[in-house]
Amino acid sequence: MTLLRPYSADAALGRARGRYLADALVLAGMAALFWLLVRLAHGVNAPFNRVSAPSSVSTDPAALPYYAARSLLRMFVALGASTLFTLVYATAAARLRRAEKVLVPILDVLQSVPVLGFLSVTLTMWLTLFPHSVLGVECASVFAIFTSQAWNMTFAFYQSLVTQPRELDEAARALRLTRWQRFWKLDVPNGMIPLVWNAMMSFGGGWFFLVASEVISVNNHTYALPGIGSYVASASEHGQVGRMLLAVVVMVAMVIGVNAVFWRPLTAWAERFRVENAVAAEVPRSVMLALLRRSALPALAGRGLRPVGRTLDRLTRPFGLAEYPLQEHPRRRRAGDAAFVVAVTALVGWGLWRMLGYVERHTGLGEFGHAFLLGLATLGRVMVLLVASSLVWVPVGVWIGMNPRVSRYAQPVVQVLASFPANFLFPLFTLLLIRTGISIDVGGIFLMALGAQWYILFNVIAGASAIPTDLREAVTSLGLGRRQRWRSLIMPAIFAAWVTGAITAAGGAWNASIVAEVVSYRHTTLTAYGLGAYITQSTAAGNFARTLVGVSVMSVYVVGLNRLLWRRLYRLAETRFSLQQG
Amino acid sequence: MAHTIRDRSAPLIEVDDVCKSFPGAGGAEFVVLDHVSLTLDEGEIVALLGKSGSGKSTLLRSMAGLIAPTSGEVRYRGEVLRGANPGVGMVFQSFALMPWLTVQANVELGLQARGVAAGERRARALAAIDVIGLDGFESAYPKELSGGMRQRVGFARALVLEPDALLMDEPFSALDVLTAENLRNELTVLWARPEFPTKAICIVTHNIEEAVILADRVLVLGANPGHIRAEVAVRLPRPRDRRSAGFEATVDQLYAILTGRDEQSSAARIASPGPLTHPLPAASVGGLAGLIEIVYAHDGRADLADLAGELSFEVDDLLPLVDAAVMLGLLEVRGAQASLTSTGRAWYTADILASKEIFAGVAAERAPLVRTIVKALENSEDGTLRDDFFRDLLRGGYAADDIERQLDIAIDWGRYGELFDYDADSGELVLSAAVPGR
Repeated sequence: MTLLRPYSADAALGRARGRYLADALVLAGMAALFWLLVRLAHGVNAPFNRVSAPSSVSTDPAALPYYAARSLLRMFVALGASTLFTLVYATAAARLRRAEKVLVPILDVLQSVPVLGFLSVTLTMWLTLFPHSVLGVECASVFAIFTSQAWNMTFAFYQSLVTQPRELDEAARALRLTRWQRFWKLDVPNGMIPLVWNAMMSFGGGWFFLVASEVISVNNHTYALPGIGSYVASASEHGQVGRMLLAVVVMVAMVIGVNAVFWRPLTAWAERFRVENAVAAEVPRSVMLALLRRSALPALAGRGLRPVGRTLDRLTRPFGLAEYPLQEHPRRRRAGDAAFVVAVTALVGWGLWRMLGYVERHTGLGEFGHAFLLGLATLGRVMVLLVASSLVWVPVGVWIGMNPRVSRYAQPVVQVLASFPANFLFPLFTLLLIRTGISIDVGGIFLMALGAQWYILFNVIAGASAIPTDLREAVTSLGLGRRQRWRSLIMPAIFAAWVTGAITAAGGAWNASIVAEVVSYRHTTLTAYGLGAYITQSTAAGNFARTLVGVSVMSVYVVGLNRLLWRRLYRLAETRFSLQQG
Repeated sequence: MAHTIRDRSAPLIEVDDVCKSFPGAGGAEFVVLDHVSLTLDEGEIVALLGKSGSGKSTLLRSMAGLIAPTSGEVRYRGEVLRGANPGVGMVFQSFALMPWLTVQANVELGLQARGVAAGERRARALAAIDVIGLDGFESAYPKELSGGMRQRVGFARALVLEPDALLMDEPFSALDVLTAENLRNELTVLWARPEFPTKAICIVTHNIEEAVILADRVLVLGANPGHIRAEVAVRLPRPRDRRSAGFEATVDQLYAILTGRDEQSSAARIASPGPLTHPLPAASVGGLAGLIEIVYAHDGRADLADLAGELSFEVDDLLPLVDAAVMLGLLEVRGAQASLTSTGRAWYTADILASKEIFAGVAAERAPLVRTIVKALENSEDGTLRDDFFRDLLRGGYAADDIERQLDIAIDWGRYGELFDYDADSGELVLSAAVPGR
């Protein structure tokens, strides 16, 4: 691999001495990590009492590093869980013909469901599982982050499995690899790049859920976990603006730090799994990865693990070859299919019936109408948000994207902005709303936009920078004016990127409405008229039936919009405004 | 030569009355292979030669146990296949190497699948790498290698398993001419060695000369649906000389078979040609004009094999053009000889407007799908029809991809002849206001 050879860090480290230095650094890093884990693990398993559990945490700045570390641990545990889930679920969906029919639609719906609404339900579940330890609340928080990461990653990996190059699939089968071998030699490496990039994006989105889930209000009781999200919540409760700002700085440092020591090296390493034989235009690089490659320790560890790999290879042999049976009985297959469809339909119908019955008994089915009306208000907010952010950020994004020098500096900044959890800033902006007297019904749009708008900017930059130079030169040589330039080149060229950004932004905004339509600072609570507020309030009051109604209605809105609007725009973008020719 | 001495009697792989159909668009079945039988015996090299769409790759894949025949069976040493054929090594057109594994790891992969211990695996892989001329590249990744070197890895990966039969799917067609020639020669040298463990080779190709250089037997496949049209035994001594009279005669014979009337294809069995039985050959108007120009430059007569050689074209590139020119009545083909018709001559020598008129005339008369579209548009109320109408029409005879291809060709021809226009946004075909030539 020549990827990392021309690299300044390499030159700075001398030959042999650099080696030892690298070893020493890697060793020290591993020791520090280990120590941290042991310390944190102690806190996670602390005893817990439902009644006396703390509803807020200390706002002492000295505690902030520990809180930050606890938050980080939650993020990584969730990432690990998401990865495991991805590998199992996506493989099942791609390899089991009948399972695919159920698993993929489920994933599609889960992607659109506002998971924050379910936080309370899952908390009750986890508290029952771990009644005497903080672990229950911890699990609920981790689960919330997991739900924000897993679906995207699973979808990406599933896509890579079903679009696997046909000849690689045939080669694997002709070589008669076992299932286990095929998974590790073909499936995982082939899906590595989409998996890593999606994990990175989802991780960025996960911060939002971390902040939202460290303080959970359910059934008229509030549970607070030690973490940076709860720190901000406490500081806001006490009106300590200085400490809130401090937490913002720590948060930014965390986002950048994780990016530098984890995601950059990982994406740079994943480049080796690129299938195209052409070299990518811009290869991600990482100092951290260069350091690891210098050191002999990773290779040593790898050699130590080899017997384990060999044993697993042998143990998994009985699972058989990665083959589909050539002969099938069409009649038996069709009968099986029919039985499967009947069973699934019955199950779904029964579940729906039970749910409606539950809602009828506890609040009445009329709540659905009420919720749909509230949904219209939130829908209006989402739409205003999209239009306003597009008007502001499309010109800026185009300007940045078409100036390579600007975009080199702006891109990383926008990336941090996009993964910075916007709800972190909610208390500060709530204060602003209270001071200025702006209604939350309007201000809510602004709060929702804090996080969502960056997706539009981010994608438009990418789209604008991908406009081929020859097209730009052609437009210049034709002497088109500014308006014509926008009409004939820029708008069509960035359309696909804008659609992608707007879809992501809309999804983010729906989810954000759950935390943005009810906000508080000190003892003032602002509540907007909308579906998000409805869900939050019914959750806090412990009215599960209403939460269910709210979440279902919001899912219907999101899925409906996807089908009716976004998917059509997307198809238009792909067929009519694609830059690929032929 | 060693291979001729080998036992020819024992069948290694038998394909017995195999049909293969894929579900086409709208529930219609799309037949790729139609009652095909063949045997691969020990000691022989068999070439499967055909145009694209003749199902030759599908046939090879069913021999490898990678796809299941819809009816009929494939046997390896008398045993019906129920999964990947255990006795074959596959070589792919696109190499199909795992890009994330080194050369060594790629070659070892098949041994690992058989549970060979690490030490022996390593030794055997190194030996295979040595035989195939890859020394020094063991730790390289495929993307660092040239196409020829990659295909060597492909060969090493197949041969390290010491398979009974080597199945190759157009193994040289992604390589440049010289590299391909070089690899072909090395393969024949390996094959001639008495200690070479592989007992038979089956190669899919659309290159006639390649088939004649390598094979003891050439099976010519016809399309629509795929079937075996002819079997030609090649009894030339090895190494084979391209300039020998016998070689040239065999090449010409194969050309004649490939361009000749195919009695068994569904097209020949039906009296009136329609868009379902007579697909438009995949030829652009520009390509057609180029072909006619070249034949015209040869005084209106040309040998197809010479023409292909001159242009360094392969059958897949040249034959669709020839087929289209014949369909439109611009060329006549007898044996391997093509000659310009009077229409062809008129089309080439006319000025641009007149040539468009001539083309419009022949396309609307002789190209079945173009004629169908023009008729349908004329009979419609406002001379406008949605493309989906014609998609539905084609559904009975083609797979989804082919439907699009047929429509694209028809639209290309119709647009050039100004017979009708197509609005890609609304998906509507519109009859041109003043149809020239009528």
